[in-house]
Amino acid sequence: MSRHIDNFKQSYLWYAFKRDKVAIASMIVLCILVFTAVFAPLIATYNPYDPINTDVMNSEIPPLWMEGGDSAFLMGTDAQGRDLFSTMVYGMRISLLIGVGAVVLQSVIGITIGLISGYFGGKLDSFFMRMADVQLSFSYLMVAIFFTAILQAAVGVGRFGEIAIPFLILVIGFSQWPQYARTVRASVLAEKKKEYVEAARVTGFGAGRIMWGHIFPNTLSPILVLSTIQVANAVMSEAALSFLGLGMPISRPSLGSLINSGFEYIFSGAWWITIFPGVLLVVLILSINLLGDFLRDVLNPKLYKG
Amino acid sequence: MSSLLEVKDLVIKFGLRTGDVTATTGVSFTIEKGEKLGLVGESGAGKSVTGFSIIVLISKPGYVADGHILFKGTDLTKISSEEMRNIRGNRISMIFQDPMMTLNPVLTIGTQMTETLLAHNPKMSMKEASEIALEKLRKVHIPSPEKRLEQYPHEFSGGMRQRIIIAIALITDPEIIIADEPTTALDVTIQAEIMDLISELCETEDMGFILITHDLAVVASVTENIAVMYAGRIVEKGRTRDVIDNPQHPYTKGLIKALPEGAKGSNRLNQIKGMMPTLTNIPDGCAFNPRCPYVMDICKTDEPSLIQVKGMDTQAACFLCKEEVFTNE
Amino acid sequence: MSNNEQSLLSVRNLYKRFDISGGLLDQIKFSGGKFSREITLVKALNNVSLEIKQGETFSVVGESGCGKSTLGRTIMGLYPPNSGEIYFNGDRLDQLSPKEMLPYRSRMQMVFQDPYASLNPRKTIKQTLEEPLKYHNPQMNAGELRDRVEEVLLQVGSDPKWVTRMPHEFSGGQRQRISIARALVVDPEFIVADEPISALDVSIQAQILNLLMDAQEQRNLTYLFVAHDLSVVEHISTNVAVMYLGTVCELADTKLLFEDPKHPYTMALLSAIPRLDGKKSERLKLTGEVPTPINLPTGCVFHGRCPYANSRCIAEIPELKTHSDGRKIACHAVEEERIR
Ligand SMILES: Nc1ncnc2c1ncn2[C@@H]1O[C@H](COP(=O)(O)OP(=O)(O)OP(=O)(O)O)[C@@H](O)[C@H]1O
Ligand SMILES: Nc1ncnc2c1ncn2[C@@H]1O[C@H](COP(=O)(O)OP(=O)(O)OP(=O)(O)O)[C@@H](O)[C@H]1O
Ligand code: SF4
Ligand SMILES: [Mg+2]
Ligand SMILES: [Mg+2]
Repeated sequence: MSRHIDNFKQSYLWYAFKRDKVAIASMIVLCILVFTAVFAPLIATYNPYDPINTDVMNSEIPPLWMEGGDSAFLMGTDAQGRDLFSTMVYGMRISLLIGVGAVVLQSVIGITIGLISGYFGGKLDSFFMRMADVQLSFSYLMVAIFFTAILQAAVGVGRFGEIAIPFLILVIGFSQWPQYARTVRASVLAEKKKEYVEAARVTGFGAGRIMWGHIFPNTLSPILVLSTIQVANAVMSEAALSFLGLGMPISRPSLGSLINSGFEYIFSGAWWITIFPGVLLVVLILSINLLGDFLRDVLNPKLYKG
Repeated sequence: MSSLLEVKDLVIKFGLRTGDVTATTGVSFTIEKGEKLGLVGESGAGKSVTGFSIIVLISKPGYVADGHILFKGTDLTKISSEEMRNIRGNRISMIFQDPMMTLNPVLTIGTQMTETLLAHNPKMSMKEASEIALEKLRKVHIPSPEKRLEQYPHEFSGGMRQRIIIAIALITDPEIIIADEPTTALDVTIQAEIMDLISELCETEDMGFILITHDLAVVASVTENIAVMYAGRIVEKGRTRDVIDNPQHPYTKGLIKALPEGAKGSNRLNQIKGMMPTLTNIPDGCAFNPRCPYVMDICKTDEPSLIQVKGMDTQAACFLCKEEVFTNE
Repeated sequence: MSNNEQSLLSVRNLYKRFDISGGLLDQIKFSGGKFSREITLVKALNNVSLEIKQGETFSVVGESGCGKSTLGRTIMGLYPPNSGEIYFNGDRLDQLSPKEMLPYRSRMQMVFQDPYASLNPRKTIKQTLEEPLKYHNPQMNAGELRDRVEEVLLQVGSDPKWVTRMPHEFSGGQRQRISIARALVVDPEFIVADEPISALDVSIQAQILNLLMDAQEQRNLTYLFVAHDLSVVEHISTNVAVMYLGTVCELADTKLLFEDPKHPYTMALLSAIPRLDGKKSERLKLTGEVPTPINLPTGCVFHGRCPYANSRCIAEIPELKTHSDGRKIACHAVEEERIR
């Protein structure tokens, strides 16, 4: 293990990272945000899901430093009277959970299809790639709206809230697999020509072993680059859906639904309910994207940011 | 009277993130009109960077740290890039290994040839330029050159492309041609044709020619002078026949004996142990000492300089060479 | 085929073509007012037959694109042949399923040209060497695997301590040693070496060639050696096949072939080798363009460049005929005794 750390320390990646101030800053910000999200119960001052902590009397209290601020609520409260800071921390946790979950799903589907497509080629390849084209020609938003609307109507808005997280992961995950499939397929086509793959075939290894054991590890750097970009995209997608009222319910808000819920109050003076989660979302997405850009430049200058 | 080209104590360095590394140390050679010089050595010996430095075209982290490159008495390391542009591709031309790297795939051969010419002679008319292009294509034995001018690089075979590259290199009537592995990508039959062509042209045009290659046999059959490079240094230099028939430096000897022709009936080849050091770990003393079968104590501490070997026309950088008793087995 | 001298590997009338016409849409051509489907085939191997005897080094030479690698890869089962037969030790290979092929996989191995592409960059040397061994010998335990890998690494002149390192830590020559170790570790009888030294420096080439010859002696290996360096071929092989555009034009004992080439192409090839002694041998100069294997010439594939070609050469494909001294030549001029 220490050998791997040594190797990493000598690598170009680490060298480039040390010299890139933007990358370092993004990394720090992202680490803080992820830490906050993971340990939300310890960091948040209240549990926003616990009705005991919500009191409608406390609604729309402005942030601490403004007139009428309450020392109990650092960033003020939302329309339901929840502490905005705690709600945001929990909201970010949900946003990230959906984002990462969707990316895991996308990558599992996309990588499998990409490997099969690239390795076997021929009719199978044409079939999968046409499927990918079709999938991409539908806007994911349209697909998501369609299914969410149906599901909400079928199970009712109340029950929908309970299954919203896995459902959003599924919708966002399924709609974005072609990105992975195409990236992986392109790498496989390049790797497949290399002689180490032929050496593996000459040894008699089966197709599955060659694909997963030999080719796949060599496609990891473009996958890593794509994954950072896709996490940011998935968090954005979830925020967009939630903003349209098709995502997380306001009882368990994500950043997107928080922004949405505060939107009605923005002109009545309670701007903070929308602006704070909005800023947090922007910072989160920006730090991920900047890191993604850095990785892309270092690992794979040829890859085009999708 | 100054030589056509004189390279003196050339030191080329690369600025890397771990510090500067030296790619060549004290490389010196001269070349006269009509002379053919072979620069041989293994991969990484510094042949290409030496070639590039002559036309002041070393890629980014590389730079000429010391030494002079005198072209008819003018020091190319000191002149402005404006003046250099007038020399490069005009009076000194370079031919590369991969023809497709030099040829632009979307322009016809004719356009590419006249373009070079017009760039260096703005006053020339298009018609004149085409005339010259035609003449050069004939010179490199391209059949029906009028038709060929209208064609694109991909319509030619590898050997034809290399000839066209030569025609382009010739188009400004240069005084020196530097060819970096011009035939490594080609088959032997085509290599033989190209080498014949180049030899013929050097004679008729009275050009200086520097052939950079790793293939001793090609050098033996084309050039009259040779410089053997090892780890960024010239270790032996002299007339090609002398050096190949009677090598002085242990590396040259090893290299020649390692060829199948050198095995002399035995089944096993005479291998040189170990491998060439990378730029970052060149040993103290003679750079060849860890691989040398004749290594002495002094080789590990002092660096031998290139000296005239007694009683011979050859120069070699080896402590053994001072003594005339040095025998070849 | 006589019984007492049975070939280890024999190839009969092998044909291999590659379809490079792409998808259906690319195949449709419009000409003469009609749409037609055009399939572009690269005719990489055309009626290739050869016999390789136990313990010999059989070399294949010829210019770039003449099908040398395709021959090696087809024999190894990396490409399915379009027609023809491949026998290993008398067993027919070309129709076996991957599963039936498995026992032969450890008996036939391959060494590749590019030392930088032939080792998986994400696997340690240990993984690269142990995986095939374990795959073919599932009963071996960790200790036996390690011992075997160590033994093979020593044989190829590498340090067994290297096993924990990654390929990028090695030079080209060292990587080529490891590639050879990977082929040797499953204890094969037959190895296809596709230009194993072309990418290496002269001083390293000698090391690798010696290594290959030593391994042959110790393990009684048979090689199919693909190369374009003719002086190397002359040095190491027992028999040589000269290929041109996917066909064998001359096949003979090495000494015979190099001393007295008969086929015009062999003559041209051998006379073009640059010699260290600088003497220019009487060159047989070729004229004309090298045709592509997509549109094969009629008759003898060499007729467009051959100084001896006549009308028969344009019309009729010459057969590979065995001569009294055992060599095989496919040339009308030799048959008609216009070339002696
Ligand atoms: N851009 C670069 N950055 C760092 N080092 C370089 C660069 N270009 C060349 N070098 C180093 O300079 C040394 C000499 O390189 P050069 O290309 O001249 O070798 P060569 O003799 O032409 O070899 P080859 O036969 O492989 O072409 C090599 O060790 C190489 O690693
Ligand atoms: N996978 C493939 N798909 C399509 N065409 C191929 C393929 N492999 C080889 N070819 C073609 O088949 C012909 C023979 O190629 P092959 O690689 O066997 O030549 P070679 O003799 O090994 O040449 P070289 O000396 O350059 O390695 C060439 O025209 C090549 O373009
Ligand atoms: S058959 Fe005819 S064309 Fe072919 S090599 Fe012989 S003489 Fe030349
Ligand atoms: Mg070079
Ligand atoms: Mg090949």
